[in-house]
Amino acid sequence: MKVSITVNGTVYERDVEPRMLLVHFLREELGLTGTNIGCDTSQCGACTVHLDGRSIKSCTCLAVQADGREVTTIEGLATNGQLHPMQEAFWEKHGLQCGYCTPGMIMASVALVKNNPNPTEEEIRHGLEGNLCRCTGYQNIVLAVKTAAEKM
Amino acid sequence: MSTRIFGSGIKRREDPRLITGKAKYTDDIYLPGTLHMVIVRSPYAHARIRGIDTSAAKSAPGVVAVFTGADVTLNNVPCAWLIPNSDLKTVPHPPLAKDTVRYVGDGVALVIAENRYQAQDAAELIQVDYEPLPAVVNPEEATKDGAPQLHADAPNNIAFRWVASSGDEGVEQAFAEADVVVQERIVQQRLLPTAMEPRAALAQWNSATEEMTVWVTSQNPHIHRFVLGVITGLPEHRLRVIAPEVGGGFGSKIPTYPDEALTAWAAMKLNRPVKWTETRSENYQATIHGRDHVEYVEIAAKNDGTVTGIRGLVYAAMGAYLSTAAPGIPTILHGLMYSGAYTIPNIRCESIGVFTNTTPTDAYRGAGRPEATFLVERLMDKLAHKLNMDPVELRRKNLIPPFENGHQVAIGLTYDSGNYEAALQKALDMIGYSNFRQEQVQARQQGRYLGIGVTTYSEICGLGPSQVAGAIGFQGGLWESTIVRVSPTGKVQAMIGASPHGQGEETTFAQIISDELGIPVQDIEIVHGDTNNTPMGWGTYGSRTTPVAGAALVLATRKIKEKARAMAAHLLEAAVEDIDFEDGKFFVKGSPDKFKTIQDATLMATLAWDLPPGMEPGMEASQFYDPPNFVYPFGTHIAIVEVDPETGGVQLKRYVAVDDCGPQINPVIVEGQIHGGIVQGIGQALYEGAVYDENGQLLTGTMMDYAMPRADLFPKFELDQTVTPSPHHPIGVKGIGETGTIASTPTVYNAVIDALRPFGIEQIEMPLTPPRVWGAIQMAQGGA
Repeated sequence: MKVSITVNGTVYERDVEPRMLLVHFLREELGLTGTNIGCDTSQCGACTVHLDGRSIKSCTCLAVQADGREVTTIEGLATNGQLHPMQEAFWEKHGLQCGYCTPGMIMASVALVKNNPNPTEEEIRHGLEGNLCRCTGYQNIVLAVKTAAEKM
Repeated sequence: MSTRIFGSGIKRREDPRLITGKAKYTDDIYLPGTLHMVIVRSPYAHARIRGIDTSAAKSAPGVVAVFTGADVTLNNVPCAWLIPNSDLKTVPHPPLAKDTVRYVGDGVALVIAENRYQAQDAAELIQVDYEPLPAVVNPEEATKDGAPQLHADAPNNIAFRWVASSGDEGVEQAFAEADVVVQERIVQQRLLPTAMEPRAALAQWNSATEEMTVWVTSQNPHIHRFVLGVITGLPEHRLRVIAPEVGGGFGSKIPTYPDEALTAWAAMKLNRPVKWTETRSENYQATIHGRDHVEYVEIAAKNDGTVTGIRGLVYAAMGAYLSTAAPGIPTILHGLMYSGAYTIPNIRCESIGVFTNTTPTDAYRGAGRPEATFLVERLMDKLAHKLNMDPVELRRKNLIPPFENGHQVAIGLTYDSGNYEAALQKALDMIGYSNFRQEQVQARQQGRYLGIGVTTYSEICGLGPSQVAGAIGFQGGLWESTIVRVSPTGKVQAMIGASPHGQGEETTFAQIISDELGIPVQDIEIVHGDTNNTPMGWGTYGSRTTPVAGAALVLATRKIKEKARAMAAHLLEAAVEDIDFEDGKFFVKGSPDKFKTIQDATLMATLAWDLPPGMEPGMEASQFYDPPNFVYPFGTHIAIVEVDPETGGVQLKRYVAVDDCGPQINPVIVEGQIHGGIVQGIGQALYEGAVYDENGQLLTGTMMDYAMPRADLFPKFELDQTVTPSPHHPIGVKGIGETGTIASTPTVYNAVIDALRPFGIEQIEMPLTPPRVWGAIQMAQGGA
């Protein structure tokens, strides 16, 4: 099927199998490998991207469902070479170790703060339930989101 | 003097690529013409293969090749930790099963196609005719007569029987003469390591040069090359292993699995790049698991609380085959830690390794030490209760007194340094221990069940002297090496053999070099992960990277400094012994204004126009470092929990951790390691458990069923430190990668049991899920 998907501001037209997952479209058709795959059951959130501004798990969305819509991935978060405040905060507060969950975690966190500009620690922890991290114990991720929320 | 870079919590230098999506993990690497491989795995825990029909798969769209065990010309996958004096059965482990499958996930066929969708489709078309055989999954049951047998040459499924003892006679006597003996049967449930990045391999064969390159999710690319060479028969100088960005390991990326060898073999056979990437469900079946012990343990003491002996009988599941380091985990890394942080004169551990129809086990964060610490701390709490003593007082009474340079425990290890009492006191002050006990009494009167758990631990890490490695059957050395190279303009590349994958050594090692040489961190790069451009090293595990590779780096850097000093002395026309060094500048004592920078000295040494007599050109140093001993970090962790008797739910209210890893190079990174470790250990106490049914089906086969810890389950941890340098390390540092996991499981477990004390509950099997806790309360109250 022919699809036309805007990813990080660029329109891409491709002919894809109807069953192709959005995450595979991003990674394999477009070479945007920043979006990672950590599970096959929509639990881990490593593949979180924004679809029309809302955070979704791109392993649970078909590329054809994104036809005509706008996708933002971790590669598209920084603007004009300036890191997004959420990226800055993850760096500043040591909110990552191996980095594998990080793109999804950052994308989910950006959406979280967009929906709730002043989240409490409890709201952040609750809001990130759908994103798993095995390294950090979450404490510095929560701190990073709180820090970024103050700057966003 | 400027602020010292050593000890400063600078931002990580790894992060810019990780927070922007620019990092390249193995599956992110695309080579033109790459084929995708799927491994068809057994759905049976134990079965004979009567036949495999690959015809439909072979003719499916996009399929390039299908192979079965009969086609594969690889050597068996070896075990690399051959523990001595244990009658170890190194059973054959073919990369693909030929006639028998022994666990759900055992590989039986390879399907290789133009893309991953086609390979997966065709894999569904493989018809394997299985004759199911009876299976056994419990390590204790598997040793009984009549249990299904996995391997012909391992009667009763016993892989080994290993004993460590301070002296059997003394142990017997201690238990015979004890005023009190407390026992427990502990089930250390099986855990799924779950590094967020599943395993993957990409292999490229150059048929002209006969060179093989394998990108693989590895914690130890040099070991991977070593073992892959054994399996494939490829000579090491034509075998390049690259661990690119690696998304966590926790032990699960130490072993050399059949999968990467098969990927390499297929690439050679088809003369095209081949990539294999496991799915998470596949990861849960085919990547090693951790723990899985059934233990019978007991402690002997006098009425005043003096511990006189501890011993245990451990049935440790190996799974279906012996993974790379598996036999060493429930033996060397477990039994030798039975003394914990205490003076215990009589110690014995008997460990029986058992084959079961399950995924092989191996090192999982802490690897043997969490199991040891758990049983020691469980027995201490139970003993305190039996003696009607406060558990903290019992611990204090038995703690090893402070020591700065070596303390031998009865089981034979010599701990390097420790001040356990200081860490305990600090943690008690932080949590407000005595106030809590009053609060607990009041809460109970209101029908609220609060509990506290205190763990005083010591652990062995920084593996380790190679001579010891040889003595304990580890089929490798345990030294590390580095090459530190300074370019003409004073920029530094340090090549290390160890292979960090999230621990942050690109930052902390740059801090070490910067601290020694006065060269700014931004001018220093740590190179790791590629066997072609790094010197040999044994890898990143056992909290050894900083203790061992870090020591090599310090010593190499000091060689650089001394050469630069000699060069600077020559330039300043002074004697070397008159030259001082500070902030990257060499100067004649007393005349700091007339100086040569280390960059000046490096440039002149590199140009070599006018070298002092006998000096070689260039500014480069290499260093091999074999540590004289392990390092022994320690500390105290305390948890406060509240149990809801209506639901059995456990709420973690506070968690205090005081850890001592010697001087901290980067305290922010140290804290991160501890945070993550704590959550992983609490995962075992409260949430995680891999479950097999009696037929050997993995019921927790996806993340839907395996309870990974989530952000909303934890309070903010309260951390502090004490600083007791290791006497034998050049900068006194100890490992910190595993302490959190080692300490937190018993801490939270004991807190829950403490909360349930009014019900008379003494034990609940982990994980302490609401149904289990609720069920225990019901049982205790005489209910169902």
